[in-house]
Amino acid sequence: MPIDFEIPEHVQKQADMARMAAEWVMRPASRELDENEHQRPTAFVEQLWPFMRDMQKRTLEKLTDTESSQPDSKRPSTTTLRLMMMIEMLSWGDAGVYLCLPGGALGGAAIEAVGTPEQKQKFLQRFAEGEIPAWGAMAMTEPGAGSDTSAIQTTAVLDKEANEWVLNGEKIFCTNGKLALDESDGLVVVWASIDRSAGRAGMRPFIVPAGTPGARVTKVEIKHGIRASDTASIVLENARIPADNILGSPEVQRDGSGFRGAMATFDATRPLVAASALGIGRASLEFVKEKLKENGIDIPYGLPYHKLTAIQRDVLEMEAQLRAAYLLTLRAVTLLDAKAPNNLEAAMCKAKAGKVVTQLCQKAVEILGPTGYSREWLVEKWMRDAKINDIFEGTGQINTLVVARRILNYSSKELQ
Amino acid sequence: MVSFTPTDEQQQLVDIIRRYAVNDVRAVAHEADETGKIPEGVVETGWQIGLVPTAIPEELGGFGEMSAITGVLAAEELAYGDLSVAMAVMAPALFAYPMALYGTAEQRENWLPMFLEESPAPATAALLEPGVFFDPNDLQTTATAEGDKARLNGVKACVPLALDASVMLVYAKDSETGSTDAYLVQRGTDGVIIEAPEQLMGLRALPTYRVKFNDARVDAPCKLGGAVGSNYETILNRSRVALAALAVGVARGAAEYARDYAKERQTFGAPIATRQAIAFMLAEMAIEVDAARLMTWEAAWKLDKGEDATKEAYLAKQYADKAVLFATDSAVQVLGGYGFIREFPVERWLRNGRGFTAFDGLAIV
Repeated sequence: MPIDFEIPEHVQKQADMARMAAEWVMRPASRELDENEHQRPTAFVEQLWPFMRDMQKRTLEKLTDTESSQPDSKRPSTTTLRLMMMIEMLSWGDAGVYLCLPGGALGGAAIEAVGTPEQKQKFLQRFAEGEIPAWGAMAMTEPGAGSDTSAIQTTAVLDKEANEWVLNGEKIFCTNGKLALDESDGLVVVWASIDRSAGRAGMRPFIVPAGTPGARVTKVEIKHGIRASDTASIVLENARIPADNILGSPEVQRDGSGFRGAMATFDATRPLVAASALGIGRASLEFVKEKLKENGIDIPYGLPYHKLTAIQRDVLEMEAQLRAAYLLTLRAVTLLDAKAPNNLEAAMCKAKAGKVVTQLCQKAVEILGPTGYSREWLVEKWMRDAKINDIFEGTGQINTLVVARRILNYSSKELQ
Repeated sequence: MVSFTPTDEQQQLVDIIRRYAVNDVRAVAHEADETGKIPEGVVETGWQIGLVPTAIPEELGGFGEMSAITGVLAAEELAYGDLSVAMAVMAPALFAYPMALYGTAEQRENWLPMFLEESPAPATAALLEPGVFFDPNDLQTTATAEGDKARLNGVKACVPLALDASVMLVYAKDSETGSTDAYLVQRGTDGVIIEAPEQLMGLRALPTYRVKFNDARVDAPCKLGGAVGSNYETILNRSRVALAALAVGVARGAAEYARDYAKERQTFGAPIATRQAIAFMLAEMAIEVDAARLMTWEAAWKLDKGEDATKEAYLAKQYADKAVLFATDSAVQVLGGYGFIREFPVERWLRNGRGFTAFDGLAIV
């Protein structure tokens, strides 16, 4: 296929539908949900659940239908591209509310990426049926283990008699943890060590469904942004789950292959975090341009440096940076849909989008002066919302480190 | 359908140019820069890859394939070799492409066959003007119509290979209508003064000239496209996209060189690439190179679709201008003291990279 940037019509159509939700359901409630942290975006969830459910049903059918997943289908999938466009649009609406999108989220993504067909069928079904929505979440971070995942203290020990894993530890900063464990029949993918002496090689994700005894939400954070989304602490006290709930091999391979397999999840989720950043960035950029226009300032394309005002230069720079981040994300997603390796590209787009959107939103507040700073408008909220994209799913620095290792062909030991 | 894969034919072309860039161009780039002269035969070899003839219409013996995407892929590889050589190889396109796009049937028949020859056609274009406040959309060079003739007045700067050119396109503003068009000026036209070669910070191996027009009278049919004229905005866009692609090539060269150097150079018992301070610079250089390339590809793709690419071309150029400066400056920094020494290529790339903000109209796809 030649170089092509055309977004297929069916993908665009779906994004247009997301735009309606963003305009009519998300934006009107945006301020209220930000001011009242943890108030649930009920209208959004109710409206989006049937759609998400059906979409996840189709995805699940594809994932578990071994026939069609054979490489005979020459047309590349657009699953991730559709997701990217939808997330971008919904985050343009409200990035905090978007995170409350019913479905598997990062937990579902992990299962999709590395689960067995049986695990997919068993655990993703809840996101693809029924009248009541369900949420998935991912719990990796601990009080003493953020970017350094090898420092994870949570343990999983196999009770051979009961054929169950027994999990112990404390997880923090788990996005949607409360929705997943307390407020729906959801699940949390919890990272734990099956062999502390093996370091990262001993790390595995485990599926902890809602209702698991010994797994409970102990705290919901008060945050800088994305306040409509819950960020939970989860304590695991002898939490017992079936032996089959491990994602990846229960054996520790000293070469770390088990861990790497699980880390592949990030190659799928990082571009989607980037997509969310892009949506916030576009919201801010469009708003700035609109307000400038109302004040008689247009943003022209084609003028030389000396004929542009400082504000015009700023806005053009914002626009170019946002487009660059968009294209890097589009590339990472396209590779993913083509089932091609995208580790480098996923880290690139996440590092870029997280950074430039954070800066773009901060600039937007600056350009709009006192009213930009006021809570009367949403730009200040978008600035607060944007920052998380440079932190979760790997900070900008971790993603830059991944890029560096890839281009230098260094292992994580060689370049720490 | 979104795709980032060039066609097999494009990839073959890229591979050929890459070999040329590495084997023929890189080998002479330092010497060329120091002496201000590209060694004999290098530009000819590049010309013979056949980039420009591909774009010449079929009825005139070419392949009639003027693809901006193919153009940017080629430009990046050429500039990866050396910017002066790249611009010298591409200079005839400055005349040929606008001619192929907008020339009248008669003009095309007269002027395009020479681009099918074995050696580079002696043709160029003059767009840039001297001074601090240059604006391609507000040229100071004027064309005053006199029947089907015209009188040109003004000064052009950075005209590549002007001394050897038998013909050049000169962009000028119609003194009555204000519209910008290209005028064919042949060698020996009265009132055209080609000055001594310019002395630039970079591009030292590419002879560029200041050209003065003092009531230069050009004969009919001198206006490109005749009465209809040409689409100057599209020409500018194609130029911006070409320059962005060249910038990506220079930036990539610097990023790769610094990366390889950093893996070799030891400090405190380990390669400097194992230190985050250096590794992060390299990572960011790689990201910026890729981002600039994608912006350039998108703009080229829009051009090939025949859509208005003004915004994409402008933003791609703006982006690539910054990316190339960032990448080349970072490369000098990674090399430290060696980076500042002319024996190493990175300082040359920084000098060349700095020029892109001033290079309007110096290349085209």
